[in-house]
Amino acid sequence: MSAPPAPALLVPEAPQKAESIFHRNLATFAANRLAMASAVVVVLFVLMAVLAPFVAPHDPNETDLFRRMQPPAWLPGGEWSYALGCDALGRDILSRIIYGARISIFIGTAVILVATSIGILAGLASGYLRGWVDVVISRIVDILLGFPYLIFAIGLMAMMGPGLWNIILALAYKEWVIPCRVVRGETLVTRELEYVEAARALGASHWHIMLREILPNILSPVIVVSTIRMAHVIILEASLSFLGLGVQPPTASWGSMVADGRAFILEAWWVSTFPGLAILLLVLAINVASQGLRDAFDPRFQE
Amino acid sequence: MSQPLLDVRGLRTVFETRAGTVCAVDGVDVSVQRGECLGIVGESGSGKSVTFASVMGLVKSPGRIEAGTILLDGCDLRGLTPKQMRAVRGKDIAMTMQDALTALNPALTVGEQIAEVFDAHDDTLPRRGAARARAIRDKSAEMLGLVGIPSAESRLRQYPHEFSGGMRQRIMIAIALACRPKLLIADEPTTALDVTIQAQVLELITEIRARLGMSVVLITHDLGVVAEHCDRVMVMYAGQVVEEGPTAEVIAQPQHPYTRGLLASIPRPALRGQPIQPIEGQVPDLIGLPPQCRFYSRCPLHRDACLAPVAMRSAGPNRRVRCILSGEPVE
Amino acid sequence: MKTLLKVDSLSKHYEGRRGLIGRLTGAPHTVVRAVNDVSFSVERGEILGLIGESGCGKSTLGRAILRLHEPTAGRVHFDGSEVTALDAPALKALRRRMQIIFQDPYASLNPRRTVAQIVGLPLRLHGLAASEDEARAITARICERVGLKANQLDRYPHQFSGGQRQRIGIARALVSNPEFIVCDEPVSALDVSIQAQIIALLLELKREMGLTYLFISHDISVIGYLADRVAVMYLGEIVEMGPVEAILARPRHPYTQSLMSAVPEVEASGRRARIRLTGDLPSPLHPPAGCKFHTRCPLALDICRTTAPLRETVGEGHIAACHRLGEDISLLEDGAA
Repeated sequence: MSAPPAPALLVPEAPQKAESIFHRNLATFAANRLAMASAVVVVLFVLMAVLAPFVAPHDPNETDLFRRMQPPAWLPGGEWSYALGCDALGRDILSRIIYGARISIFIGTAVILVATSIGILAGLASGYLRGWVDVVISRIVDILLGFPYLIFAIGLMAMMGPGLWNIILALAYKEWVIPCRVVRGETLVTRELEYVEAARALGASHWHIMLREILPNILSPVIVVSTIRMAHVIILEASLSFLGLGVQPPTASWGSMVADGRAFILEAWWVSTFPGLAILLLVLAINVASQGLRDAFDPRFQE
Repeated sequence: MSQPLLDVRGLRTVFETRAGTVCAVDGVDVSVQRGECLGIVGESGSGKSVTFASVMGLVKSPGRIEAGTILLDGCDLRGLTPKQMRAVRGKDIAMTMQDALTALNPALTVGEQIAEVFDAHDDTLPRRGAARARAIRDKSAEMLGLVGIPSAESRLRQYPHEFSGGMRQRIMIAIALACRPKLLIADEPTTALDVTIQAQVLELITEIRARLGMSVVLITHDLGVVAEHCDRVMVMYAGQVVEEGPTAEVIAQPQHPYTRGLLASIPRPALRGQPIQPIEGQVPDLIGLPPQCRFYSRCPLHRDACLAPVAMRSAGPNRRVRCILSGEPVE
Repeated sequence: MKTLLKVDSLSKHYEGRRGLIGRLTGAPHTVVRAVNDVSFSVERGEILGLIGESGCGKSTLGRAILRLHEPTAGRVHFDGSEVTALDAPALKALRRRMQIIFQDPYASLNPRRTVAQIVGLPLRLHGLAASEDEARAITARICERVGLKANQLDRYPHQFSGGQRQRIGIARALVSNPEFIVCDEPVSALDVSIQAQIIALLLELKREMGLTYLFISHDISVIGYLADRVAVMYLGEIVEMGPVEAILARPRHPYTQSLMSAVPEVEASGRRARIRLTGDLPSPLHPPAGCKFHTRCPLALDICRTTAPLRETVGEGHIAACHRLGEDISLLEDGAA
């Protein structure tokens, strides 16, 4: 054999399409039917919240004292235009649940977005730069973790007074440490990998390495954790509202609806039960969908 | 020729993956005589490790053995129940793995791991009690001494991570040899080791082989190792055996273009100043292989006749080649 | 100037952390001297091989030269400039000219970037392309040169085999047109037949682009084939260095001799006499006193246990550090120990 032919001629074809890891994971998620079904449920809730004015049969705050404690449609005394019955002030429970979804979903999403953004920045800085930055941030995280979540939230709300943004702040103040810890851990591992070393060898700056090399590779577990936490936050908001510290009447929140019905739970069980079921259904769907997300996207859980 | 110790015929092992069925071992025949050292040479995808994992009954879902007979000293291993196979594994046939650190249980002491083998297979020990424990301990220390680990008694109580890489490999060999198996399968025993330690471990295997009259299968990608330690060699490519024969002959006069290509392309001091002739291209994808010579796309001698399945041909006494350009067809 | 790289008494030490008790009692730090007082130079256009077993510090040395690990002591000069004294912007500019190819083709490429982005990164970092199109063209050209196809540029690393990924790493190292490349075990993780392809590629590229290599490997056969000169390292120090032919023909240091004899050779049919070293590599945390090799050396004398040997010249451009060089003993000729 004479001089070997140029290597370019003999390297076999790569597969037809460029397939990023993200697309591959998306395909895995789509194949998980239970997760997809749950994701659909979540999407339905979101749509319900967004399109509330069009979907709700009645005004959620419209009181009608003739309809106080009216039972749901399938029980004697009920009517289908007020399908799930009415509460102590004659307001339609179904409409209030639909509008209540807005509160839960909005607050849940807002808290998670704020917490994740802060958490990513803090975690990246702490994990990559190390040194005193890491020491300071880690101590703050440790201190915040020491405070009991709900009690501190209650205290904050008592100090700040009610209001939508106050609730978001009160819940986010501690929530950010969770993504921060995940990001920090992943950053500590990723910064030792060879492709990060390669970027340094090429002359990349710290910013480039943190945002373009490390961050894309650690987003998966962060997103998974955040979606799981969303469910927690929704329950926390419901708890705050249940205690009267959340959104104030007459705005409907599932938690406050449950509280309202407590006094007469034996006679008019529907007033507390349906909002409770709404919480259950949404949280369950989010949990199952995020498990599916984790199985598909989190590299730590992949074979 | 007397009956071989290990006689594998027509072995076919496949793995079901999402992308398709991977035929990792396709129609492989292996025979190992008593007391001989057989070298198996191949690269990634050659099927060399899967072949012997199949022999040991270690292939698990999504893999399965689809066809073939595996006879160890006349006994059909495929026909055994899992319980019977467990009795064979470790006692009559034993295997060492490439990476001793992950193959050894980090949570158990070395002594406990050697003891497991005696516990499972050795019927000559006292039934139970302190006498049994003492007998096992003595035998374990003896094994460690056999593989050249000093102060064996005290080292039995140590954990794998307290040993160096070379010593861990020796410990694996000690575990494998505890019940004096008839056949030792050493899967890449030296790949993870430094060159000076490699030499020690290979010397050890050869010494023990001579002392115990054991047969050894040495799976490796290093032709140099095979040249120095193996009586016969089998070259595998893409799930098939492509050449086999006495080591000295195969190396001096390789018949298959792949073997020739491998030997010609290993960079070594003797070739200084001359350009290397690498084998171009890559191992083909094992899913959906067309029925033709698997080396076709990389072979400098390929022709149209190679586009049909190629059977093993005889190229001399004890020599077989899977290439239509060499040897004679076997009846 | 013929000398491209000059390394002077380079050291890289890692200090262990002391616990609370250690700090209170003033116990000394445990120090790992990964690289200790290493000096050598590399001429333009040559391949200097760096050989040694695990823990000898060869990878650390390669990275310390590029200041990927900051050296603890010593100096590195590249083409006249003192690398170790440069500030960050000047160092970044120098990175264009000194590059590195890594051992692990799976870990050295960012799994979430396409080939085009990975190989094109140096162009972006150093502003070497006037536009996106030009960057793409340069990237495509270098990828084709290393054996990849233009239609593979938008694929992700996991869609390639080990050998192909190593080619991507090579393309990345070459795209900024460097002069000097540290090849850190570039073929050790590859199959034998692919190793040959990559070595052939590296040699072609060296000829075409006028490159200089520091080729780190534990594989003596590969170094024996490709290097012009070789340095043998043991526990952080160079024990022997010189032209490859001289060292292959007549290694002077006992460690080099035992390394040479340990390599299984395809040509040798049947076993040959071999130098047997006793014991394992000492831990870098507790290196032996005196000559670091004395614990395993068949020729060790009392002086070896107490005093570290100095480097002596034993031939044209050939140095070694051993107390018994004068006796010119060859373990290889005497046969197996």
